[in-house]
Amino acid sequence: MPPKLPIYMDYHATTPVDPRVVEAMVPYFTEHFGNAASRNHPFGWEAEEAVDAARKRVADLIGASAKEIVFTSGATESDNLAIKGVAEMYREKGNHVITCVTEHKAVIDACKRLEKAGYRVTYLPVQKDGRISLDELRAAITDTTILITIMAANNEIGVIQPIAEIGAIAKEKGVLFHTDAVQMVGKVPFNVNDLKVDMASISAHKMYGPKGVGALYVRRRNPRVLLAPIIDGGGHERGMRSGTLNVPGIVGFGKAAELCRQEMAAEGERLRGLRDYLNERLHANLDEIFINGSMEHRLPQNLNISFAYVEGESLLMGINDVAVSSGSACTSASLEPSYVLKALGAGDELAHSSIRFGLGRFTTKEEVDYVADKLTSVVSRLRDMSPLYELAKEGVDLSTMQWQTEGH
Amino acid sequence: MYSNKVIDHYENPRNVGSLPKNDPNVGTGLVGAPECGDVMKLQVKVNPATGVIDDAKFKTFGCGSAIASSSLATEWLKGKTVDEALAIKNTDIVTELSLPPVKIHCSVLAEDAIKAAIADYKKKQVGEAGVQPAAVQPTA
Repeated sequence: MPPKLPIYMDYHATTPVDPRVVEAMVPYFTEHFGNAASRNHPFGWEAEEAVDAARKRVADLIGASAKEIVFTSGATESDNLAIKGVAEMYREKGNHVITCVTEHKAVIDACKRLEKAGYRVTYLPVQKDGRISLDELRAAITDTTILITIMAANNEIGVIQPIAEIGAIAKEKGVLFHTDAVQMVGKVPFNVNDLKVDMASISAHKMYGPKGVGALYVRRRNPRVLLAPIIDGGGHERGMRSGTLNVPGIVGFGKAAELCRQEMAAEGERLRGLRDYLNERLHANLDEIFINGSMEHRLPQNLNISFAYVEGESLLMGINDVAVSSGSACTSASLEPSYVLKALGAGDELAHSSIRFGLGRFTTKEEVDYVADKLTSVVSRLRDMSPLYELAKEGVDLSTMQWQTEGH
Repeated sequence: MYSNKVIDHYENPRNVGSLPKNDPNVGTGLVGAPECGDVMKLQVKVNPATGVIDDAKFKTFGCGSAIASSSLATEWLKGKTVDEALAIKNTDIVTELSLPPVKIHCSVLAEDAIKAAIADYKKKQVGEAGVQPAAVQPTA
């Protein structure tokens, strides 16, 4: 049976809310609408109870205790709270932060703001496989380093950083370690104690929960992490994040976390199978296609491929009944190709030619077949009209050609 | 996001292909760069008796607007004299395809490609007349 169109294969951007999550949320909009901070009537108690249950579920997913979960509006806020909160709280200890060039903008831009405020930030490069070098990390740590913030899994290439090793180094050096774990939590096992993580950002809408709710895990023991709040007010969330709790959102987040914990193993295996099948089919049908980043250290549902000699936006135009993302400049407002792919050192032209596939809970084999067939025909058609493909087939080495670029 | 004309050129590009680049009556322009995300190859074949462009072909690596700009350019080139071809402006392409500001560079590249192809053709004519040999001997 042909799949229903359009096909969604952009699960790194967001995920649909699981119907079981919606079901859990609904009563908290109407029947149980109380403010979780209302201590003197049953409406408030019900809401608080629901929030506590959700907090426990989110904590269980990452091996934390419920008291270590601070609910936020999403991972962007969590990243900002972790980075700016540590920077302010530990200012007397030091002013140096270490991060990496392929981080999400929420981390990079928070670090840039710290630089404006007089902090020093080291942006570690990545190797060709998308992972940082642990030796370079060690070398970057100084007496003034107060925070290492390195993402767990990358949102574009799905590459998983050596989090446990980074955690061990941070612990050894007495530096706090924050990780943006948005793409990893709920997809593959993630345990804050095994990984020696001090803070972790999580988002509900990347794991089949609602948008507008996330969490920051903040370690309470060994060490106890202290954060200066970035939002002041009524002192909710142990003073770290004021603002009335988004009770229905948090309930949904909790349900989503519970489902991920229960289904992660089977779902991960299924998606790995489908992802590998997509990869094999594309490689069988097309020459000169390249995987961006490590295949070994990668989320099971991610594939990021450059289709040489074909520009990404024109490729997206040809597969307009399939929702995916491209690292092409033309798909972004900045006219710059993906900084993540550029950081891998593969060359801008391959960044322009890249497609990110994000498979997820509702992806079917029929959809994967459709996408593989469609891409094969569109890439072939665009290569027939690509001067680069023609030159390459004539044996011209494109990297040594002189291009006329003045004025562009 | 795209005008219907851009989509039409993208889905049914006119005059995709290559002309023999060593033919003395064929001019070839290759502009842009892969790292910028756009490369256009545009070729014209001029009738030596009339000076009119008989045929035009293109191949483009680039976004849908770049493909449409070069496809449209080949359509317009056919039947024009060399001098008329040089009068085609990028703004004409912008208007015809309703390109948004962020895609204007695609039309600029198409105009550059036309000029480069004609310049190559003219260079060959000078070479043919024996006044000055072509700068580089074609290799392929």
